[in-house]
Amino acid sequence: MKIILADALTIAAKDLRNELKSKQTIGMMIIFSSLVILIFSFAFDPTNNTVKAIIPGLIWVITIFSGLLGLNRSFISEQENDSLTGLRVAPIDPSSIFLGKVVANLVLVIIVQLISIPILFLLFDYRFHGEMIWFLLIVLTATIGFIVIGTFLAALAANAKNSEMLLPVLLLPLLSPLMIGAVQATKIVLEQEGMKDAVSWLQLMAAYDLLFFAACFFLFEYLMEGS
Amino acid sequence: MKQPSAFVDRMLYILLVPAMFVSLYLIFIWSPIEKQMGASQKIFYFHVSTAWVAFLAFFVVGYYCVLTLKKPTESRFIKAGISAEIGVVFTTITLLTGMIWGKSAWNTWWTWEPRLVTVLILLFIYIAYLFVRKMEGTWEKIAKLSAVFGIIGCINVPIVFMAIRWWNTKLHPVVFGEGKNQSGGGVEPDMLVTLLFCIGTITLLYLFMMRKGIEIEKMRLTVRKAKSKVIEKLAS
Repeated sequence: MKIILADALTIAAKDLRNELKSKQTIGMMIIFSSLVILIFSFAFDPTNNTVKAIIPGLIWVITIFSGLLGLNRSFISEQENDSLTGLRVAPIDPSSIFLGKVVANLVLVIIVQLISIPILFLLFDYRFHGEMIWFLLIVLTATIGFIVIGTFLAALAANAKNSEMLLPVLLLPLLSPLMIGAVQATKIVLEQEGMKDAVSWLQLMAAYDLLFFAACFFLFEYLMEGS
Repeated sequence: MKQPSAFVDRMLYILLVPAMFVSLYLIFIWSPIEKQMGASQKIFYFHVSTAWVAFLAFFVVGYYCVLTLKKPTESRFIKAGISAEIGVVFTTITLLTGMIWGKSAWNTWWTWEPRLVTVLILLFIYIAYLFVRKMEGTWEKIAKLSAVFGIIGCINVPIVFMAIRWWNTKLHPVVFGEGKNQSGGGVEPDMLVTLLFCIGTITLLYLFMMRKGIEIEKMRLTVRKAKSKVIEKLAS
């Protein structure tokens, strides 16, 4: 187990160093998320008070859309120079590739969220009143679930020629229960309603995370087997 | 094709055609008309039976996906695919009949109620699964990839149902209680007989389509193999 973790961290560090040098994916993700906010501000008038109700939903729309860009790249970029084969034949457990990619993608998406969520609050003139700890916990739990299943399906979709188109089609239906939980819990926290409901949504998301993490962790080697 | 298989197919066909007519008779003439909704309730029989088959087909897909992962064989791969294709058809029928019924019973085409949304997401997962199968590559590779996706999709469906049930009961008033009219408490015995007969008939239809689909897919494979053989011969 320790070896898997160490290998995973190596792969994640490799990806992140690569990203740090080129800054291509992360830059694109941040710009894209800002553009989504911009488009939404045209679609829903930010000066209107009722628009405050859609803020929880917007947070997740931004996360998913910009996250999809990063997820698409995470395995496609390995196909250049056939690095994926290199990873596959390396004397490591396939699960550590998955784990490493999850960590790398998670870091990227969290960076994007750290920038885009404040921008969203700023541009929509939203005053944050909820409890910060709960808000962060909910965002983190839902993001982990999103990245776990997203990384897994990105690896699956990378086998296809049109993987950029395939990934959202595969990912979004599977993501629906998580998104229901995430949006509801975020709404409860932001509007300071009863925390008991938020906790039960959090439990549902945690269960989802664990279940899919276990399933993806064990199924990932089948994805890597194929040529 | 082999002889016994053809015999089973014929028997299924012979059973299916009269059963279909009998169930139509049961639905439209024999069974009583529901008091509140009138004739429009008749769509309920087909709605429930197609929904049942949609879920059945989905579990068949999941079952063959697990088998394919254990040991990939061509026939398991084909079976999972055909079941998914039939599943798409039946899920669509379920949604359409449900909408028609909903319009007349609830006066709305769509409502965000757990069962409706679960079926809708089920449809999307089915379609995504078929997309995975349409990828380029050797069938062994696609079999593995699609099986993995099928299993993940199977895990997802119950969670979707639970999540949406929570979503609706906790934060909105429950507009339509458990089993609006029939499925919960009082089912007229006549209606129940009709419903069970319909479910049986549609399940039979599923079996028949499944067998036909598998056969057609196998023929397609044989033709493709023969074709590539001929091409090789011509090329060499």
